[in-house]
Amino acid sequence: MSIAAYIDGIGFLGPGFSDWPRAREVLAGRRPYEPAPAVLPVPSLLPPTERRRVGRVVRLALAVASEAAAQAGVAPAELKSVFSSSGGDGHNCHEICRALAEESREISPTRFANSVHNAAAGYWSIATGATPASTVLCAYDASFGAGLLEALAQVTVDQEPLLLIAYDTEYPEPLNSKRPIPDAFGVSFVLTPRQTTGSLTRIEAKLAGASIDPLTDPRLESLRVSIPAARSLPLLRQIALGSPGCVVLEYLDVSNISVQVVPCA
Amino acid sequence: MNPLILTSFTATSCIGRGLAQTLDSLLAERSGLSLCKFETVDLDTRVGEVEGVDDQRLPAHLARFDCRNNRLAELAIRQDEFDRSVAEAADRWGRRRLGVFLGTSTAGILQTEVAYRRRDPGSGALPADFHYAGTHNSFSVADYLRRRLGLEGPAAVVSCACASSAKVFAAARRMMEAGLIDAALVGGVDSLCLTTLYGFHSLQLCSRAPCRPFDVARDGISIGEAAAFALLERAPEEPGRDDVLVLGIGESNDAYHMSAPHPEGHGARRAMQAALSDAGLEPAAIDYINLHGTGTPSNDRSESQAVTSVFGPTTPCSSTKGATGHTLGAAGALEAVISALALRNGIIPGGVPTANVDPTLTALYLKKNRKAPLQRVLSNSFGFGGTNCSLILGRNG
Repeated sequence: MSIAAYIDGIGFLGPGFSDWPRAREVLAGRRPYEPAPAVLPVPSLLPPTERRRVGRVVRLALAVASEAAAQAGVAPAELKSVFSSSGGDGHNCHEICRALAEESREISPTRFANSVHNAAAGYWSIATGATPASTVLCAYDASFGAGLLEALAQVTVDQEPLLLIAYDTEYPEPLNSKRPIPDAFGVSFVLTPRQTTGSLTRIEAKLAGASIDPLTDPRLESLRVSIPAARSLPLLRQIALGSPGCVVLEYLDVSNISVQVVPCA
Repeated sequence: MNPLILTSFTATSCIGRGLAQTLDSLLAERSGLSLCKFETVDLDTRVGEVEGVDDQRLPAHLARFDCRNNRLAELAIRQDEFDRSVAEAADRWGRRRLGVFLGTSTAGILQTEVAYRRRDPGSGALPADFHYAGTHNSFSVADYLRRRLGLEGPAAVVSCACASSAKVFAAARRMMEAGLIDAALVGGVDSLCLTTLYGFHSLQLCSRAPCRPFDVARDGISIGEAAAFALLERAPEEPGRDDVLVLGIGESNDAYHMSAPHPEGHGARRAMQAALSDAGLEPAAIDYINLHGTGTPSNDRSESQAVTSVFGPTTPCSSTKGATGHTLGAAGALEAVISALALRNGIIPGGVPTANVDPTLTALYLKKNRKAPLQRVLSNSFGFGGTNCSLILGRNG
């Protein structure tokens, strides 16, 4: 059984990648990959008082979601969404755990409200006025695969467009030593059930036992294996190449996800 | 939607281990809330603590998952032969055709909170025996149970604060309708930890007394812990009399505020309407509403307005959080199981320990149990970030 959708917009941000148009050039092999710390833009969607309060994970999710929605030319308020992240806001989590280890145990109410795994989804829906259903997943290293399956299943079953956002940021020490994620990485797709004039490519996915496709560039491969959301890179590379093909993405220990990519003319 | 059947279900909370004890407590209108003596917490509040969680052992080969949250999960799947029902379903469908979708808000973060007290004084490093993936990470509870029960289908945790384990029913249903799975283990597990106890305290949302949903003197929540599970399959053509079905699911976003509901309950209203539409039912078809009913002044006011705007003032409602505490990421699944018990036993559980219902709240809140031949029950779950989910459960006939 397979599930399918058209991709009408892509958002992309990570170490050495500032947006999808530039990332596409690198992934297609037309420009070299130059690793550099990810630069997360100030979320202009949010009111000025909130811009300072939100952490890197919210900045990242809002940046890639905005890019994908803008590229697709759709109003974010109308879109259902699937958010998937392996760990939420690591810096906020660290501050809470640090405060709870002290005598006073005073934690800030804002920190607590921002500690929920669905914080980015909450800020996104408030900023854009999006009231359709949104869900927020975690599947540790399989979080991108889990998000992709959920999103494609929704589009296939409900026949409505949807925004998928997969994103991860780092923990500070001491948690970083236990869960070493080197930097921020996010990807977003606007998915539609039917082809539109703006459709970039069609993807069709199924669970597969086949072994995964690593990337040939060792620096990109290192990125793929070190940040859960970057498990999407083989799919993004295939889309960047602009040619039909099949890629196998890493999912759970017992199964992977095979994705058939067919560019729209 | 195409109805699903709860082939098996169970719940463990402060009002009981398994269905029989839970039903006894509901019939006796008993609350399980008690003064907080949890861990080293020094807050003047009540909690719904499950006794004996830390006596529960995990299988040796899964020791890296050892934490209060997974102990509670293990304790709960042993009730009502739930683990055996899952094993039988895996035999029936194949282990790759069984999905695992669980809700949690904090998973095993207690493990990290305690590890931070044990940081190396020199380097600041966490202790070597701390396992992030098996305890702290939100996925840990789903990963534990899929390994413990030998399931190999799609798996994910839904972490949408206090709506998490209602939304897992929607995730499982979509995977089933897309043909990726034939059955799913769904549910929610959330356990007491310092983050939520001190966090809700910082927001001044915790009551000192046992929480009193919809009471004129309500002044906050009581935090509880629970694990509740259901095995979902496609409903047969002709369900039996005692079969409990999922008939409709509705989800929405408030798009209003991170930690406060829309004052008129617009998001809640849309979730309930979406569930009714999904089930193809009119509001009058609902016999009882198990409210989100947390016991904070604003939550209950908002929900009462939303309920009345959809159902009018005559549909019986109650919140069981005064009995179980607010079990956060487990609340949706726990209250789905309580709704299933209500359907099977023809009883509307009274919303204890509420004494004087706030006269400005227009929904019909029942303080005492009422016998009623229930056919369809709606259960509400709402969370931080403005995320809402309503489930409609029903029986044949």
